[in-house]
Amino acid sequence: MATLGDYLLVSGMLFTMGFAGVLLRRNIIIIFMSLELMLNAANLSLVAFSRYRLGADGLPNYNAQVFVFFIITVAAAEVAVGLAIIVALYRARQTTHVEDINALKF
Amino acid sequence: MPAFLFWIFAILMLVFGAAVVLNRNPVASALSLVVSFLGLSALFMSLDAYLIGILQILVYAGAVMVLFLFIIMLLDLRAEERRKFNIVPVIGGAAVSLALFAQIYLVIDQLCGAKETFPRLSAPRTDDVRAIGLLLFDNFNLPFQIIAVLVLVATIGVIVLSKKELR
Repeated sequence: MATLGDYLLVSGMLFTMGFAGVLLRRNIIIIFMSLELMLNAANLSLVAFSRYRLGADGLPNYNAQVFVFFIITVAAAEVAVGLAIIVALYRARQTTHVEDINALKF
Repeated sequence: MPAFLFWIFAILMLVFGAAVVLNRNPVASALSLVVSFLGLSALFMSLDAYLIGILQILVYAGAVMVLFLFIIMLLDLRAEERRKFNIVPVIGGAAVSLALFAQIYLVIDQLCGAKETFPRLSAPRTDDVRAIGLLLFDNFNLPFQIIAVLVLVATIGVIVLSKKELR
């Protein structure tokens, strides 16, 4: 049987991959996908803790799963708005490469 | 769930998660993202969170992936041509990521209970849709309505942002 630590470790690996993607990639759409990976890594550890810490009735602690439900909803809204911003940016600059978008760079 | 199924889905998720970051072609990245999320949804189901697993497939494979692919096709992005490759930021970013992972690993290693298997449920089959629905409309009613307003705001925001000229 897989332990709680296994699930947390897999979740940590997924989070690290998303983090590395945000740091290393220069395409703004890939950076956005990496953000989704990080959000879902957090969801996995929330659900693992929900299953580990049973409530008084011997069922999983559903508060964490409601929290995951909210995170999924917010992530979907965030994707819609973020991609609209990327389209507007592309219209103005004809690029999705973050190094070409440096008007505010000091 | 047997341990080997856990590892199969975990490795599937991690390999395709790495493919998202490593692929040069954005379309391949978007499709890898979906496979990664399918593996993640199997892991949710192995934790008896059936509703969350199904929602994960519906929202990510159904909606988010289509949005990503739609935008990639709309912007007509091809695989990136090789730009000049700065080695210093790549090494720096990889080092910071590895440090983050080492930190996470050390925390999990010291966590009490991380070596234990999950306790047995009192019922063989969970009725999680009903339980989450009751919580959502009872204890978490206010956040639920705030989320509804958030989705409305996002819809209006997307329409305003997609207008031809921003004023």
